[in-house]
Amino acid sequence: MKPRHKRLAMIAVGVAALGVTAVLVLGAFQKNLVFFFTPTQVAANEAPQGRAFRIGGLVEPGSVKRRPDGVTVQFAVTDTAKSIPVLYRGVLPDLFREGKGVVTQGRLGPDGVFQASEVLAKHDENYMPPEAAEAVRQAQAANQKAVQTLVTNPAPGDKR
Amino acid sequence: MIPEFGQFALALAFTIALVLGILPLVGAVRGDSAWMSLARPAAQGQLVFVAIAFGCLTYAFVTNDFTVAYVANNSNSKLPLVYRIAGVWGGHEGSLLLWMLMLSLWMVAVTVFSRYLPEEMVARVLGVMGLVSVGFLAFMLFTSNPFDRLLPAPPDGRDLNPLLQDPGMVLHPPMLYMGYVGFSVAFAFAIAALISGRLDAAWARWSRPWTTVAWAFLTLGIALGSAWAYYELGWGGWWFWDPVENSSFMPWLIGTALIHSLAVTEKRGSFRSWTVLLAIFTFAFSLLGTFLVRSGVLTSVHAFASDPRRGIFILGFLALVIGGSLALFAWRTSRVGLGGSFDLVSRESMLLTNNVLLAVACGSVMLGTLYPLVLEVLGLGKISVGSPYFDTVFVPLMAPALFLMGVGPIARWKKASLPELAVRLRWAFAVSLAAALLLPFTLGSWKPLVSFGLMLALWIVAASAVSLRDRVRHAATGGNAWRRLTGTSRTFYGMVLAHVGMAVFVVGVTLVKGYESEKDVRMETGDTVEIGGYTFRFDGVAQVAGPNYKAARATMQVTKNGKSVVTLYPEKRIYAVQPNPMTEAAIDPGFTRDLYVALGDELNPTTWVVRVHHKPFVSWIWGGWLLMALGGLLAASDRRYRVAARGRREEQYAAAARGPQTVPASVKANA
Repeated sequence: MKPRHKRLAMIAVGVAALGVTAVLVLGAFQKNLVFFFTPTQVAANEAPQGRAFRIGGLVEPGSVKRRPDGVTVQFAVTDTAKSIPVLYRGVLPDLFREGKGVVTQGRLGPDGVFQASEVLAKHDENYMPPEAAEAVRQAQAANQKAVQTLVTNPAPGDKR
Repeated sequence: MIPEFGQFALALAFTIALVLGILPLVGAVRGDSAWMSLARPAAQGQLVFVAIAFGCLTYAFVTNDFTVAYVANNSNSKLPLVYRIAGVWGGHEGSLLLWMLMLSLWMVAVTVFSRYLPEEMVARVLGVMGLVSVGFLAFMLFTSNPFDRLLPAPPDGRDLNPLLQDPGMVLHPPMLYMGYVGFSVAFAFAIAALISGRLDAAWARWSRPWTTVAWAFLTLGIALGSAWAYYELGWGGWWFWDPVENSSFMPWLIGTALIHSLAVTEKRGSFRSWTVLLAIFTFAFSLLGTFLVRSGVLTSVHAFASDPRRGIFILGFLALVIGGSLALFAWRTSRVGLGGSFDLVSRESMLLTNNVLLAVACGSVMLGTLYPLVLEVLGLGKISVGSPYFDTVFVPLMAPALFLMGVGPIARWKKASLPELAVRLRWAFAVSLAAALLLPFTLGSWKPLVSFGLMLALWIVAASAVSLRDRVRHAATGGNAWRRLTGTSRTFYGMVLAHVGMAVFVVGVTLVKGYESEKDVRMETGDTVEIGGYTFRFDGVAQVAGPNYKAARATMQVTKNGKSVVTLYPEKRIYAVQPNPMTEAAIDPGFTRDLYVALGDELNPTTWVVRVHHKPFVSWIWGGWLLMALGGLLAASDRRYRVAARGRREEQYAAAARGPQTVPASVKANA
C-alpha cells in the first residue's frame, strides 16, 4: 500500500470506529435516562409505565409503615397536592424522616404503588433535595393555598 | 487582625501574579533577559504570600475565630483539632485557597527543577502559571473571599459537615488537588511550547515527569476518595458515578491519554498536535472538576444561579483558558509538523487507539455528568443519569483498551508485524485464557463476565511479563541477569507496575461485581444472619459518647464454621451541632474479602435493621490504584529526566530520538 492509501485506510477505520462508539454511547444514554416526575404528574398518568423514573416531594407525615419483616417500608410521597404510595425494601437513608424532603427512584406498579429501588435523602437537616423542592414548588404554584413553607438552604460543603 | 493580614497577603500575591503573568512573557518575546529573570523570584514570592494567607486562615480555624464567616460556616469549637485544620478546605473558599497554595508549590518546584532549561522556556512556563494564578486569585478576592467577616460574630460555628469529619478529609482533597493543579505544569509547558513554536521531543521530555507525577497524585486522590465513600457512606459501594466523582475521573482519563501520548512524542516525535490538545484539555477538565464540586452548582443549580457573579466568573475563566489555548493552538499548529510516520500495525497506532478510547470514555462521562445540568439550567426538565449508563458504556470501551495494554508495549515502533506479535504473545494468551476459564470455578460459580474480566487482567499481567523478559534479555548493558535488571530504565518498570496495577484493579472490580452479596435484615439481640459463609450474630446495642457526638454502637460477632473471625462495632452517630444521624459502618478488611456491617433504623431498643455485605476482593480495587500511582512515581524518578536535562545535549538528544528506535529482534528461537 502506498502511504496515501495507508493514511486513507487509517482514517476510514478511525471514522467507522468512532461512529460505532457514538451510536453505542448515545443508545446507552437514551436507554438509561431517568426522568423526574412530581406526584401530581404521576397522579395524572403522565409518568411512563414499565420504565424507571424518579419522584420527589415530602414524606407524608403519618404515612410511614413497616411490614412485619421490619425491612419493607411503605410510605407516601406528597407535593402537598397529590400523594403517591411507595414501597421500598431495604435500609433507609439516615435523613429519611416524615415531613422531610425525599427523592426516590423506581417503577410504577400496575396497582399504582411505586416500587422504589432507591431512596435518596441528603446530609443536611435544612437541605431539601432539589427535585423534592421543585415538586412542592410546582404544586404550590398550581394551588395558591399553600400549606407549607419550605426552607431550602443547600450547604456548599456537602460532599455529595 | 490576623484575617485582615491574610487578606492583605492574598492581595499582594495577586499583584505578584500579575507581574509574573505579564513581564516574563513579554520579556521572552523581546528577548529581554532581565524581564525573563523575574519569573523565578516572582513565583517564589507568590508562594510566600499565598502560604501566609493559608496560614492565617488555618490560624482562624485553630483559634475558633467565628468572626470570619467561612470559619463560622465550617467549624465549631467542639470540633477536634485535626478536623479544624482540615476544615480549612471543607468549603468553597478554603478549597480555592488550598488550590492556590498547591499551584504556588508546583510553581516553586518548577523554579527548583528547571535549572537546566533554557531561560526563555522557564519564563514562559512560569508566566503562563502566573496567569492561571491571576485568574484564581481574582476569583477569590472578588467573589469568594475566605476572610470575609461575619459581624456580629455567632457564639459558635455551624460545624463541619459530619460526613467530612473523617481522616479521609485530611488526605483526599490535598492529594486530589495536587493532581489537578499538577496538570497546570503540563498545560503551561504546552502553551509555552506553542508560543515558541518548538513542539519537539525535548519539550515532551521536559513535561513528561511533571505530567506523570501529577497523574500519580490524582490517581491516589481518586483512590482515597473512593475508599472514603466506601466506608463512610454506609452503602458498601466504591464508585457511584456521582457527578462529584465523575468530575475527578474526567481529568484522570484525559491525563492518562496525555502521559501515553507524551511518550510517543518524546520517543518518536509523532502526535505533537494531539499531545498539546490533550495537555490543554486535561487542565481544562481539572478546572471544571474544581469548580463543579466546590461551587455548589451540583447541589442546586438554582442556588448557584442566585449568586450569578461566581457562575459568570467561572464560565468566563473557563472560556478564556480553553478558548485562548485553542486559538493559540489553531494559530501555531501549522508550524508544529507531523513527526515520524507509522504503520497501521505499530506501537504508535495502538497507543493512538488507546488514546481515542480514553478520550471517548471521557466524553461519555462528560455527557452523563453535564447533560442533566444543562437541561436543568435551560429549564427543560429534570433528568438523572445513573450507573447503568456508565456501566453499559465503559465495559465495551475499556475491554479493547485493556487488550491493547498487553500488546502495545511489545509491538515495535513504526511498523510491527501481526504474525510476529502473535508468536511472541501466544503463551501469554493461552495461559490467561485457560486460567480465566478455570479460576471462576474455584470461587463458586462460573460466570461469563467474570471469566472475561479475569482474562483481560491475566492477559495484561502475562503480556507484561513477556515484555519484561524481552526487555531484560536484550538490555543494552549486557552482563549477568542482575546487571540487566538494574540497567533497565525506571520508566519501563514504572509502566509495568502501573499496568499490573490496572490488572489488579480489574480483578477487584470483576470479582466484587460477580460475587458480592448483601442482606438487609431485621435483627433482635441474639439473632444471626449468614452471608458468604460467614455468620453474623447481633449482640445488642450500647450507648457510647465521642468528642462531639453520641452514638449507638452495636456488637456483631462474626464466625466462620464455628470459629470466631472478628467482632465488629457499627455505629449510628448523632453529632451535637448538626443533629442528624450518621451511619458509621464497621468493616473487617481482608486480602480476599471485606466484611461490612452498617446499622439501619432502630425498630425498638433491642431490634434494628442491619445491612451486612460480603465483598470478595474489594481491597484489590484500591490496591490496583495504589500500584498505578506508585508506577507513575517510579517512572517519573527515572535518571534520564535528571541527567539528560544537564548540559547542552538537548538538541542532540532530540535528533536521536526522532530516529528509529531499536527494539529487540524476533525471539522466535526462544519461544
